[in-house]
Amino acid sequence: MQDHPGLRRRGFLTAASGIGALALVGCGGSNDSGDSSGGGDGKPRRGGRLRAAFAGGGASETLDPHLANLFADVARAKALFDKLADYGDDLSAQPRLASGWEPNAGLDRWKVTLRKADFHDGKPVTAEDVLFSYRRIADPEKTFRAKASLEPIDLRASRAVDERTVEFVLKRPTAEFPNVLAAFGAYIVPDGSSAADFDRKPVGSGPFRFVSFAPGRSAVFRRNDDHWDGAPYLDEVEFVVANEESARVNALLGGQVEYAHELNPTTARAHEGRGRIEIVRLRNSAMQAFAMKTDRAPFDDKRVREAFFLIADRQELIDGALSGAGVVGNDLFGKGYEYYADGLPQREQDLDRARSLLKQAGAEKLKVTLDTSAVAAGFTEAAGIFRDQAAQAGVTVEVRMGSKDSYWADILDSGTLCCYRSGAMPIEAHISQRLLTDSTTNATKWHHKDFDALYQQAQATKDAEDRAAVFGRMQRRLYAEGGFLVWGFADWIIGTARTVRGVDRKAPANTLDWARFDKVWLA
Amino acid sequence: MSGLGSWAARRLLLGGVQTVAVVLLVFALTEALPGDAAVALAGDQPDPARIAAIREAMDLDRPAYERFADWAAGLLHADFGTSLASGRPVTSYLSGAFGPTLLLAALTVVLLVPVGVGLGVLAARFEGRFVDRLVSAVTLGVYAVPEFAFGVLLVTVFALRLDWLPPTAVGYGTDLLAHPAALVLPVLVLLSRPVCSLSRLVRAGMIDALASPYVAHARRYGIPGARVRYAHALPNAVAPAAQQLARTVDWLLCGVIVVEALFVIPGLGTVLMNAVSERDVPVVQGLAVVFGVITVVLNLGADLVTHRFAPRAEVAA
Repeated sequence: MQDHPGLRRRGFLTAASGIGALALVGCGGSNDSGDSSGGGDGKPRRGGRLRAAFAGGGASETLDPHLANLFADVARAKALFDKLADYGDDLSAQPRLASGWEPNAGLDRWKVTLRKADFHDGKPVTAEDVLFSYRRIADPEKTFRAKASLEPIDLRASRAVDERTVEFVLKRPTAEFPNVLAAFGAYIVPDGSSAADFDRKPVGSGPFRFVSFAPGRSAVFRRNDDHWDGAPYLDEVEFVVANEESARVNALLGGQVEYAHELNPTTARAHEGRGRIEIVRLRNSAMQAFAMKTDRAPFDDKRVREAFFLIADRQELIDGALSGAGVVGNDLFGKGYEYYADGLPQREQDLDRARSLLKQAGAEKLKVTLDTSAVAAGFTEAAGIFRDQAAQAGVTVEVRMGSKDSYWADILDSGTLCCYRSGAMPIEAHISQRLLTDSTTNATKWHHKDFDALYQQAQATKDAEDRAAVFGRMQRRLYAEGGFLVWGFADWIIGTARTVRGVDRKAPANTLDWARFDKVWLA
Repeated sequence: MSGLGSWAARRLLLGGVQTVAVVLLVFALTEALPGDAAVALAGDQPDPARIAAIREAMDLDRPAYERFADWAAGLLHADFGTSLASGRPVTSYLSGAFGPTLLLAALTVVLLVPVGVGLGVLAARFEGRFVDRLVSAVTLGVYAVPEFAFGVLLVTVFALRLDWLPPTAVGYGTDLLAHPAALVLPVLVLLSRPVCSLSRLVRAGMIDALASPYVAHARRYGIPGARVRYAHALPNAVAPAAQQLARTVDWLLCGVIVVEALFVIPGLGTVLMNAVSERDVPVVQGLAVVFGVITVVLNLGADLVTHRFAPRAEVAA
């Protein structure tokens, strides 16, 4: 019974949490407290131990990077291991262990070249290690999270051309294949690693080496001087687990940790600019939305969906449900990410037009049930606020509270309208996982053959500009009549001690520069 | 004494039945919860095929009674099964988390008895006077404050403002004895309410006992006041307090969830919280057995104490 599959609780990573990407958004209100802990200020200094507090998974945590599911898991995995690629601040794939990739003309064969890198035991990272890692993730007997992302690869046909070259054979043309290499949890482990190795003494190629680990308590890693990307500045990094937000803040204020992940907006406001700790707000992070099921009444009528788009007062939702820590959304996923359609006009509340659309659709005395749950911050508040906004347009919204632990599975097929959120992922991944006819988590029941065809077309388009145009078309369609009422993007809030430098202020969670301790130093 | 022996045996048997009942109830209730471990594990990626695969890998597709039977059979030779979430043995969860909780509970009880009894006797001695009113007012007041709020208050004042004590035990793991300063605030929070209830009970019992005919009789014999109070009246006053104490210890061991969460102490309460949210049934069941056994043993002990101190009180067996 070893090695139980998959994800553990609070399975947020991709969907539930994110972090703002980019500096882009004209988020004028970005009152980051000073820039003393910003990117390149001061001269990096070597030495010291940084203690970082995360919410964790308790006694069932493991260091198996392929099981990574929580933020704490990913932060640890990225300290010990590397992926072939990782997401930049705009969620585009950036080379990591892969030094480059080259597709054939049909985009269904990709030659990936590895850089010269070594595992912690001194052995080089080879093409065989890559294939072993991917085959482990894709094992049909197991349910590792990255399995779905690796689905486009035909691993039987893929092979090692030489020590440092892998030829991936794909089941169909995939222009965005580098996203697969950067997929969440697709870490490279040494050939022959077993589950037991990860608990005892994990060997990776990452910037830190394993020292000690006690599930649910603490993990200590030491600097890997031979890391291909340069040795970290810190001597050691220690990950501690504190599930209670107040405990993380107190530990930070009391000098017991130097980095606290995932703070509340109210905490941030209380300490921002007071000089005691630094608050880092990663803008445009988790998408906040209401999902309408487009295959059933009343949302099978696109006029009703448009009316709902017009009912939402987005700023009020941000102020009320997110305590102001966020920016308004425009009914599209991925604000600031690569391919985001930012040329579309910002949707504003327009109750008159909403009422007339509902009238046209014959849905004047409309009653709908809105499913929500305490599963994510702000969900229940958002539901209450939207109920009041809808009442102004003559729509009766009845809020129904669901179970926290089965919420995501419950809303997948049942109900008509629900609260929804998602962390950072490439727009292409959002589409393929949630908006194609055969997508496994299609919560808006968006089933359109022509939309599927556009996706295939984008994946078969080699030229990046042409591809962007196709993604643009798809997004315009979603903007006009899609099922996601995306009202905002929440900030991700991190607190650090004043001595901590080099914490990236733009990187969404799950991207390369977020929780990246090899570029952080203590002043 | 054979009467006491058979009484204790009956109590033990009853305790065994109670433990089994608790475990069955926990199993049934966990089964009745919406979703299962597979759904909880799948989180926000509830791909139905994936959930089915997880369910199969965890043997959750087998009927409930089969899983329960397997688990109960293992229990007979001290095998608590393996966690659904990590595949590690449940016993490792319990043994790892038992230390911190036991330490907190032991420290609290060691302080609780003298402080609680002392305050109660003090208040009873000055019944109706200033000291009594002060003690009563403070204990009632503190009792009314929820642990979480009290803990936050203590942390804010003593750790963050005055900087006398560490605000949490984060990073210390189970080795709390090496950092005694980290234990002060958690123990204070744990003490706050039991001290209040215990001292109120002792006070009430003492007042009753001091007013009783046998105490008046002892006084007429010229026995010194202190001796009357501690040797004659206190044992009668302690009887109800012993049962309250058993309940308190029980409550201390069974989690002290708030304190563990607030101060980041990796004890049984933390394990329980995580296990429940992960629908990690074997771990929840293991904890239920442990808590059930502790409750039964403690109450048995308390009844024995009551029996010893106040045989006429006739505690129901």
